[in-house]
Amino acid sequence: MVDEAVVSIKHLNHYFGKGSLRKQVLFDIDLDIHQGEIVLMTGPSGSGKTTLLTLIGGLRSPQSGSLQILGEQLLGANKLRLIAVRRHIGYIFQAHNLLKSLTARQNVQMSAELHPELSTKDAITKSVAILEAVGLGKWVNYYPDKLSGGQKQRVAIARALVGNPKILLADEPTAALDSKSGREVVDLMQELAKEQGCTILLVTHDNRILDIADRIVNMEDGHLNGIKAVS
Amino acid sequence: MKIPLAWLQLSHEKMRLLVALAGIAFADILMFMQMGFRDALFASNVTLHNSLQGDIFLISPQSQATIAMKSFPSRRLYQSIAFDGVKSIRGIYMDFALWKNPQTRETRSVLVIGFNPTDNVFNLSGVTSNLDTIKMPDVVLFDDSSRPEYGPIAEEFNQGKEITTEVKERRIRVGGLFTLGASFAADGNVITSDLNFFRLFPDRHRGLIDIGLIELEPGLDLEIVIENMRRELSKDVMVLSKEEFVNWEKAYWQSSTAIGFIFTLGSAMGFIVGTVIVYQILYTDVADHLPEYATLKAMGYKTSYLLIVVFQEAIILAILGYFPGYGLALGLYSLTKNATSLPIAMSLARAVTVLILTVIMCCISGAIAIGKLQAADPADIF
Repeated sequence: MVDEAVVSIKHLNHYFGKGSLRKQVLFDIDLDIHQGEIVLMTGPSGSGKTTLLTLIGGLRSPQSGSLQILGEQLLGANKLRLIAVRRHIGYIFQAHNLLKSLTARQNVQMSAELHPELSTKDAITKSVAILEAVGLGKWVNYYPDKLSGGQKQRVAIARALVGNPKILLADEPTAALDSKSGREVVDLMQELAKEQGCTILLVTHDNRILDIADRIVNMEDGHLNGIKAVS
Repeated sequence: MKIPLAWLQLSHEKMRLLVALAGIAFADILMFMQMGFRDALFASNVTLHNSLQGDIFLISPQSQATIAMKSFPSRRLYQSIAFDGVKSIRGIYMDFALWKNPQTRETRSVLVIGFNPTDNVFNLSGVTSNLDTIKMPDVVLFDDSSRPEYGPIAEEFNQGKEITTEVKERRIRVGGLFTLGASFAADGNVITSDLNFFRLFPDRHRGLIDIGLIELEPGLDLEIVIENMRRELSKDVMVLSKEEFVNWEKAYWQSSTAIGFIFTLGSAMGFIVGTVIVYQILYTDVADHLPEYATLKAMGYKTSYLLIVVFQEAIILAILGYFPGYGLALGLYSLTKNATSLPIAMSLARAVTVLILTVIMCCISGAIAIGKLQAADPADIF
């Protein structure tokens, strides 16, 4: 059980479109990611990286093959089960996607409130604590448009991690950042994830951050190849 | 308390919120004014009915409204004395005649009301004090709120001039003034004795009255007496309480003429304008927040949570927009009242009606706007 993969994908195929327009975007994907691993996925745009990420995140329903997240088979799972899986996953988007009308703390709290075991008071305490952990202690009551790009992305990391997710999915989190703040954001993700024992799957083009990976996988034209261990 | 997302979304964009509230207030004012005008016009139309002193009214079932009265045998009125608790009965004759303007010699239709002046039937001060005057032959009382086309009767009368003119080509003298006001039915009113009425309308049968007034002993249950009368009296007469009598007249103007329709349409326009405004606001709001909503879905929020947020926004807008609308409508009512002497005023029923309509309006808009929520597909935002 200890070694059971957090993400276990076998013979996964995925298609877009219907009838004669049907186009295969993922071909026979096999991928296991273990507890605490940091996996980077690289590859040219349009190669299917994001599709794979959305499938793992429960945002799309798998069509064939096997996709197990935290021991749960997502193939044929209904909407409610997908939503339940989403609550164990933290997301970081390329665009930060923070809610404009909420302060940094409220943005994080929205995520914390998805966990019914947290009281509102605990949710607030936890949200402030994690914002302090990402170095935004002074900015908890600021609205996103008053924060810099790097700060917004740090709020997004805080939001993704506040619910202690088992898996953190990040889609080009550094794409919109300069190299310095990109580096800071990635280091922060790595550090916090290690503390929480969280598994990270990170899609990136940014070869400045490849060094944080335990493993790098490469996606090309819907085929996953070149799985290589870094360290 | 959980994060009040609906309120935070709305209040974050102050300018848009203000525009939305102004739009809703405007729609509310439209509805308030249309309904206010309608009710005021109907109210002005039943001042005659309200000024009649009686608890129970008898009319012919064929009568439509003041302008279309069918007379019925006064025997029915006399039969009603037999019922327990009836204190007094009075018959009223009504008809239209042509009044000749004493100055321009132009004629105009006037409503002539006749009754036996030994007993007053109107609670109008001008009538009460002139009961003896109309006992004289061919003397009538004139409504000083009649339209000016009848001639400067009130002015000249108050200057002490003797006014004689012709009604139905019969020479009459104005013996006094009362205040009733023009209505849809009649631009002017004349009250006189039953005997003078028959002098003006020699073809009318004395045994056929237009309205029967019944006064009850105090402390009696009106409903029971009315029930008894409805059961016992022949079906060629309609038994109404005063309230029913007033509503009977209103119902005619409301449903059988274009007037009710016009104002209902006006209110409906206000409702539609409001719906469109709120829809615009909510739709833009949802569209602007679409990536954020998709993010919330990706985090594990259900679509139902977002639906509730949109409806909360709709209801917040409805309630916040209603109060300025209500306040401004009050101001416009008093402005209208001073300018037109229409009896226009806020009523609780109307205040509640418009509030409910506002909430429905906003919810309809919300229901249309949430169609856009389906587009918030979290798979698309990566």
